[in-house]
Amino acid sequence: MAMAIVGSTVVNGRPIGFVGMWLGSAEVEDTLKRIQGINGVIGTIVVNAEGIPIKTTLDNSTTVQYAGLLHQLTMKARSTVRDIDPQNDLTFLRIRSKKHEIMVSTDKEYLLIVIQNPAE
Amino acid sequence: MSSKRPKSKEAKKTKGKGHPDYIFPLVLTSATQEMFGCRADEDVTGENPYKLLKKEDIIKDMKTRASVSDFSPLKQLVLDYPEDELLLVFDRDFTYGQSFYLVLTVEAKENILKPSVEADEEQMKDEEEEEEEEMIVPKTPESHPWISLGSEKEIEEESVTESRPRLRYKISPLLRRCGAPVCFSDRSAEDGKEGFVECPSYQDKSFSIIEMEKDMAIQASSDTKHSSTQTLWKYPKNMWTQYEPREFSPEEKEHHLQSKNLKNFITSVLIRFEISLQQNYITDVFCDDWTALCEDDAALTGKTETQLKEYQTFMDLHFSKEKTISQVHWHPTISGVIAVAMTERLSLEERIDNSTKLLLNPSYILFWNFTDPINPQLQLECPDDVLCFQFCPSDPNIIAGGCMNGQVVLWDISAHVERLQDTRSNSKNISNKLVIFQDKNNVTPVVRYCAVSGIENGHKAPITDIQWLPETFELSKIGIPVENPSRISVQLVTCAPDCCVLFWDLRPPRVMSHSLTDVKQKSEEKPLENPHGVPNTFKHLNLTWKPFIRVSLPKIGSSGEYSPLKFSLRDNTVDCPSDKPLQNADREEGCGFAQLRVPSAKQQKPLENISTKLYVGTEDGELVYTDWKMEKDNDSGRLLSTKPIHRFLLHDTLVNTVSRSPFFKDIILMVCSFSFAIWKEGVTNGPILMSAFSKHMRTVGHWSLSRPAVFFIGKEDGSIEVWDLLQNTHEPSLNQNISSAGVTCIRTSSISSKQNLLAVSDRLGTLHILQIPWTLRRSSNSERQIVRKYFEKEEERLEYFEKRQIKHEKEKKEMEAEQQRKKTEPVMPLKQEEELEAEAQKEYEQFLALEKDILKNMGLLNETEDSLDM
Repeated sequence: MAMAIVGSTVVNGRPIGFVGMWLGSAEVEDTLKRIQGINGVIGTIVVNAEGIPIKTTLDNSTTVQYAGLLHQLTMKARSTVRDIDPQNDLTFLRIRSKKHEIMVSTDKEYLLIVIQNPAE
Repeated sequence: MSSKRPKSKEAKKTKGKGHPDYIFPLVLTSATQEMFGCRADEDVTGENPYKLLKKEDIIKDMKTRASVSDFSPLKQLVLDYPEDELLLVFDRDFTYGQSFYLVLTVEAKENILKPSVEADEEQMKDEEEEEEEEMIVPKTPESHPWISLGSEKEIEEESVTESRPRLRYKISPLLRRCGAPVCFSDRSAEDGKEGFVECPSYQDKSFSIIEMEKDMAIQASSDTKHSSTQTLWKYPKNMWTQYEPREFSPEEKEHHLQSKNLKNFITSVLIRFEISLQQNYITDVFCDDWTALCEDDAALTGKTETQLKEYQTFMDLHFSKEKTISQVHWHPTISGVIAVAMTERLSLEERIDNSTKLLLNPSYILFWNFTDPINPQLQLECPDDVLCFQFCPSDPNIIAGGCMNGQVVLWDISAHVERLQDTRSNSKNISNKLVIFQDKNNVTPVVRYCAVSGIENGHKAPITDIQWLPETFELSKIGIPVENPSRISVQLVTCAPDCCVLFWDLRPPRVMSHSLTDVKQKSEEKPLENPHGVPNTFKHLNLTWKPFIRVSLPKIGSSGEYSPLKFSLRDNTVDCPSDKPLQNADREEGCGFAQLRVPSAKQQKPLENISTKLYVGTEDGELVYTDWKMEKDNDSGRLLSTKPIHRFLLHDTLVNTVSRSPFFKDIILMVCSFSFAIWKEGVTNGPILMSAFSKHMRTVGHWSLSRPAVFFIGKEDGSIEVWDLLQNTHEPSLNQNISSAGVTCIRTSSISSKQNLLAVSDRLGTLHILQIPWTLRRSSNSERQIVRKYFEKEEERLEYFEKRQIKHEKEKKEMEAEQQRKKTEPVMPLKQEEELEAEAQKEYEQFLALEKDILKNMGLLNETEDSLDM
């Protein structure tokens, strides 16, 4: 399931008190490191539902800028999708620019932003 | 009816019954009515009262009913009736007393029948006539006598009649007053109230007449309304908000990172990201291969010209006889203006012979403008032949030149810049100006130099190269580059074959006097005034100017010194013109120099990234790589220059060009007389590229400013070689003859973005301006990278060769050593056969023992094998 993909730590599916919570954080770290390690990735940002960054690999000013702008854009995109079909919801947003590609994945509570320099 | 009575006087006998004679009223019973078909109100009606009865029927009726018949009283009359039919008229209105009456005479019958018709006709006619009359003409009223109703009395009352005859009076003054002198005086009517009687108007309160009727007129008109309003004028004000983004504290971040939701979210979206990222990594789906492909071939489309086209030629008739051009420079800011240094075309011996004549003919630097190919725009007077000159990069009105006698000369042309700029603009104005300012256009103004260096302190040989230091840095006393706060180029570098490179500073030297009296004395001295017309920009330098650093070039490995002809600094202003041309253009020209002071050594901040090394091309065909920083000699305490780091020998001929590529700062083009080479700074093995010897002497070389792989070489026979490193490295891609005399200088125009002009000067003193074709002008995007890769490849080749060479030598050495060893070793005597056999036996026994051991270890050894071995 979702746990198996990460593969590094095995969890029963239930947090085992304090240890379980620590493992959860390590998983997050591992996953983010994995994404960051892929060729071409410039930065990764985890943002909460209001657009406040939680974790980032870029410097503070850039993070804040990306988080604010992409949060607004994602909200707009999501409302567009749901206006067309209320049963639908936005899952993935890819913005391709001349220099980079920005990928945003959304959830009810969080936003994951990855910026990549495509193969050139 | 009553009036009709007296009128009609026809003999109508009335029997007192009130009916005429021919009328006989009678009553008909209903049986009679039915019999004769004249029932009242049925057969005969009011409208149709006439009924014709047959006489025979009436007679029959009378006979049958004798006395009962209604017609009995009429017996005789009916019998007398002539005709067959009698008229019975229903008298509805009982006109004759009875309901029916019989018409007895024929004529009456006729009259009744006809007149009724006629009457009808007449009535109809009357009616018609009346109608017609009413329609056409109203009846004219008949005049009647007037009946008085009492109105004439009112009229009589109203009219005014004279009730009595009018009275006449004649008033005349007394006779005695007539003719007597009279005296008139004025009297105002307002004096006293007895003079007149006034009847002023007053408001009558008892006025009670009410206006009952009033005449009024109404006209419709459009409604206009004027209105205005005053608006509030709000002053525009700057407003700002300051904000900062919301952020989480570290604890909150930790809390979020620990939350399960985040973990689930991230693990769930991970696959999507991986797929997308890998997709991008594999291939770029948005890259348009078609457009990327054709960019490199764009040069082939359309323009097929590859030759340099002649654009204009400048030749001055007065000054160019027997003269040659030594150097050419484009004006850095004004397009279309080019400066040319003219020198005498004489060899050294001839110069010595004609020295007196030369003194009388001063040499010049001429400024040419494209709009005027005959007259030069400006002449700069030089103390001696100028072999090289340069525009100051921060202020193009300052020109520095190096003379044949070793002096450095400075000119300031700020007064004449407008002339250069004016004539650049449309030449239509020139015709207007000719009328007004005839003198101005015919005579070329001559500008004298404003400062010249002292003879004893400068070079002792003709200055062959002069360059300004860029405005980003300046040098301190010992040659350390420090920051230049004023951003004006203030320092010059010159070199001459007297074996030294000198650094000059334009600012007045730092006065090291401690006492105030000295300072006062100096200020009281009258400074040397420049002659009339020369600006005083550099009068603090005139004749007293000396260099502040003197770099000598001692030879490596032997005594003596190198004699430089050309040099090239890493950060220079010649080869790589700066991108932002002259931000200081709005500063006042020139006057800043006198106020600048050499800052004290403590204030200066040394810059790290400026290289202090320079390449020098010498008279002997060497390229020397040296450092200009001065070192303190421990023994004597003086500042001495260091020994050069490297020295490369190409050929034994004069070096005439050392120039850096404008695209790569460490690539240097060095042109000797018969060949040229490209060197890379830092690579000491050899040149990156070395050309073959050419038939004709190569006189000058110049990099192209727009294409990294192209450079131009000028030759003795007046032709230009265009080398394109991307095409051929063993021969030029284009060889074109420009003039009959040798080429002395090549310069590309660096102002306009088109950059398509090439200035070539030749030995006869003619300046040719050529157009560079499109293919040589436009570089492709990746050209720079390709050229860089080429240079790197060449560098690797050199390294490989060197390694190979070292290896070769090593091998050679080894081989020699081997041979030596062979020679020195004593010759082995022939071994005796027995000895050989004994040796062989020993070896065999050793082998058997070894075999045994092995088998024993392997555990295979047993008695049977032992015997087998044997």
